[in-house]
Amino acid sequence: MKQYVGKQSIAFQSPVCILAGASIAGKKEGEGPLGEQIDFICEEPMFGADTWEAAESTMQKEALQTAIGKAGLTREEIRMIFAGDLLAQTIASSFGIRDLEIPCYGLYGACSTMGEALSLGAMAVAGGYGEYVGAVTSSHFASAEKEFRFPLGYGNQRPLSATWTVTGSGACILGETGSKVGITGITTGKIVDYGLKDSMNMGGCMAPAACDTIYQNLMDFNRQPEDYDRIVTGDLGAVGKQILLDLLAERGFDISRQHDDCGLLIYDNQRQDTHSGGSGCGCAAVVFTSHLLPAVEAGKWKRILFVPTGAMLSKVSFNEGQPIPGIAQAVVVENLSE
Amino acid sequence: MVEQFQDIAKKKKEKEYQKYVKKMTPTHNLALNMLKAFLVGGLICTLGQVILHTAEVMGADEKTAGSWCSLILIFISVVLTGLNIYPRIGKFAGAGALVPITGFANSVAASAIEFKKEGQVFGIGCKIFTIAGPVILYGILSSWALGVIYYILLQLGVTG
Repeated sequence: MKQYVGKQSIAFQSPVCILAGASIAGKKEGEGPLGEQIDFICEEPMFGADTWEAAESTMQKEALQTAIGKAGLTREEIRMIFAGDLLAQTIASSFGIRDLEIPCYGLYGACSTMGEALSLGAMAVAGGYGEYVGAVTSSHFASAEKEFRFPLGYGNQRPLSATWTVTGSGACILGETGSKVGITGITTGKIVDYGLKDSMNMGGCMAPAACDTIYQNLMDFNRQPEDYDRIVTGDLGAVGKQILLDLLAERGFDISRQHDDCGLLIYDNQRQDTHSGGSGCGCAAVVFTSHLLPAVEAGKWKRILFVPTGAMLSKVSFNEGQPIPGIAQAVVVENLSE
Repeated sequence: MVEQFQDIAKKKKEKEYQKYVKKMTPTHNLALNMLKAFLVGGLICTLGQVILHTAEVMGADEKTAGSWCSLILIFISVVLTGLNIYPRIGKFAGAGALVPITGFANSVAASAIEFKKEGQVFGIGCKIFTIAGPVILYGILSSWALGVIYYILLQLGVTG
């Protein structure tokens, strides 16, 4: 049963159904353009927990439980979960899904992790390794600041190219049948390094990776940008979006009419002072589950390409002078009714 | 040989990309930022001067008045950090809020608040000087170096 196509892609023989998606986010995200579409908005940044890290774990747990409930399943029926976040050793995921007692795999793909989780989840279902599989990722503004930048109370200026880490989590339940929206293919991304070292300009670091994966997807599936109603990258932000459009134009593709970016959808940059846009594992996950998935399900879009993007760095690699390469994972999501 | 050429080509491509990204990236208005820094930094220093004079008027000698000045500025900064007001001043004024002693106090207090959850020893104890540490280390180092230079000049009779 050969399902791989081209150089880096998989075309699933039968689509993997997305049974349900659920999202939870913080107050700032609730005040953004997608506020109404997100399942739960928690006004309290600690989400009832003691620490930022535990707050993030709480979000993952809530998102997963809601998604399982929406799919009409119980947690015992979930064969495995693919989960990830931005914190060191992915502790938000470990502690978030601990109490659910579901077999799991922990992932790290920086902000592209939702694409990674959906890809691996779809592969597991398509391969017959599980009837129902979960995919969940999260990020929290405060825990990410602590992990990668400064203590919250430290007074400093953010450059205009900086992004704002989304406080939120999104979860999906994948299955063999039972939904009219599904994953029909994926393109696995390479780590692409253009030598940029500015951690406050992640859009510029990740845009080459997004370009590479989108280009490869179009090649592998022999498609044109017009074959997608929407091509949505993860968190390139305002700066990265323009760079991506330019890079793809150089390679002969104009996606300016289809392209959108989760980081630009989740906040109103002007009003909410988020500079270049939203970012984080939670950014793509929340926008996908609250906005993109329902739109495909409702038939507004027939086929979209969801391309979460990640910047591969740690404090150590950054301090040791390494550049910041990017990665992007593409997932083809289609409305299956016809 | 071929590898070397490939390496050079890659470096050139990277350089071009970096130049292009720089062109695409918006930056803060430098003149406006400097003006804000000047105003807020100046205000903080004026406040310090007011405290200094008041202390002197109240009868403190110059050294004691200076200590009162530092103490009160640090106290205000730490309270404002706790109330989440200092980050906003820092965002507005940049180095104008960072360079005076209040900025130093802010960096210490912010770290203490952030890492309190990791415990008194490994949290606050180990991480309180995460941001301020370099300032302390290199501050002491440079004052030591200056001291050595001063000593040499003194021995040579250049300065008295």
